[in-house]
Amino acid sequence: MKFFLKILKDFPAYLWSGWGAIASILLFIALWDFGNQTYGNLVLPSPLETFQTLYVMLHDELVWNEINITLYRASVGFGLSLVFGSILGLIAGFFATASMMSRPVVTILVGMPPIAWIVLAMIWFGMGDETVIFTILVASFPIIFVGALQGTRTLDGDLKEMADSFHLPWHMKFIDVYFPHIFSYIFPAWVSGLGMAWKIVIMAELLATSDGLGASLAVARSQLDTPTALALVVIMIGSLMFIEYIILEPIKREVELWRS
Amino acid sequence: MEKLEVKNLNHHFGFTEILRDISFTLNKGKILSIVGPSGGGKTTLLHLCSGLLDVEEGSVTNTFDSSSFAFQEGRLLPWKNVVDNIALGLLAKGEKKSIAIQKAKEIALKFGLEEEDFLKFPKDLSGGMKQRVSFARALVVKPSLLFLDEPFSALDIGLKKELQTHLIEISREENISILFITHDMMEAIRLSDEILLLKADPGHIVKKFSYDLIQEKRDDRFVYEESAKILQDKDIIETFELNTLELK
Ligand SMILES: Nc1ncnc2c1ncn2[C@@H]1O[C@H](COP(=O)(O)OP(=O)(O)OP(=O)(O)O)[C@@H](O)[C@H]1O
Ligand SMILES: [Mg+2]
Repeated sequence: MKFFLKILKDFPAYLWSGWGAIASILLFIALWDFGNQTYGNLVLPSPLETFQTLYVMLHDELVWNEINITLYRASVGFGLSLVFGSILGLIAGFFATASMMSRPVVTILVGMPPIAWIVLAMIWFGMGDETVIFTILVASFPIIFVGALQGTRTLDGDLKEMADSFHLPWHMKFIDVYFPHIFSYIFPAWVSGLGMAWKIVIMAELLATSDGLGASLAVARSQLDTPTALALVVIMIGSLMFIEYIILEPIKREVELWRS
Repeated sequence: MEKLEVKNLNHHFGFTEILRDISFTLNKGKILSIVGPSGGGKTTLLHLCSGLLDVEEGSVTNTFDSSSFAFQEGRLLPWKNVVDNIALGLLAKGEKKSIAIQKAKEIALKFGLEEEDFLKFPKDLSGGMKQRVSFARALVVKPSLLFLDEPFSALDIGLKKELQTHLIEISREENISILFITHDMMEAIRLSDEILLLKADPGHIVKKFSYDLIQEKRDDRFVYEESAKILQDKDIIETFELNTLELK
């Protein structure tokens, strides 16, 4: 509880430090507008037109419906990766044999291009939620798994010895000695896993489903509706930035104060 | 009667012999120092005595009710601030959180840490401050046996003397026994009832020095005189290879 209050307290200062980011976004929009003037509306609609389209879309219930479908798939896929990746990663980290055995599997999972997974998943699950969720799972699970594994494998033996010398009970050992270290590895992995999930959900929907943001993007492409396509992209990027900078980054700052 | 008894202790790391035939006894309320050259196996011996390393040959019998350890390198939890680090051992003993924090703050002040340091993380502490936190964490639990691995090596002479005085006081009040490692002869003479001289390659005990005068009566003069005496001892000269350092 105290912890959350502290996050809230430090939040304005954090926002204030965001002026630089806002300046760079504005600069980017200026470049965008310049591109529009050079190449014309069909190739690159102006930022104004895009945001107008976006505004109209955000008042359309159907669009919200698509957003919710995509959010649902991404959350389920990411949630499963988070649970399984964290738990299996911790287990693999605590047992040397398990961590050795898991290495080739992880290499395959990381090395295989997501597009290949989508094709396989379409064959296995057909066109629908399962395909999308499966693809997210195989793409973001290994990232989280490796984070948890490395956090566990790099635990400091000297600190364990110290904990033993003070006869720390097991729950204190876990909360005070193991957890903070593991968390400093696993949390960044969650963040990258989330980013990955959000990218993959769009790609999988575009190829394998008839609803969701990715499918809307496919429709916009086939109708050469560039403003709608760009507005969709803005929605995707905007939501990712919101999660990353407004929710995750402040948490990370508080949790990692002890790091130099 | 509580005591620590080490008999014919040998230890190897791989094929390297680190300790050979170590025997000594530490009785209740006594302070025993181990001095010897760097790399001689002092830390290893302390770890064996405290059960952090498994005894391979010989025996270590520890009948003390409780013990705590101040490590040479501090070993503070990097994600806990000064007060929480000191309170760790108290909480492990089941002390109530508010009382543990209170005690931790008291001892921190006694050890020359300031209130503004209480919330600092180890990364923002000086080497000597870390050492004091580590020492405080071990002492605050009032163990009946205290293992100290060069707890004052990074402190200036003023602080060193202050903490030595604290240590003598507390060990007397609480009847704490101490197994102490140091490089500093004067420190050993000020604090110890007995000093063991550990020679390297492999570590073995070449000599024991006993001091009967109680610690509170040992003034600077006593310490200087005894230091001068001990530094002329031929075993000390040989063990620390003092003769090769003489300017020609
Ligand atoms: N875990 C280990 N594995 C292998 N060798 C070790 C290990 N720990 C210590 N040693 C070796 O044992 C020897 C004694 O080390 P130890 O730390 O006990 O010395 P020390 O007397 O405490 O030295 P110092 O005064 O510098 O702290 C050294 O040669 C060291 O390299
Ligand atoms: Mg040592």
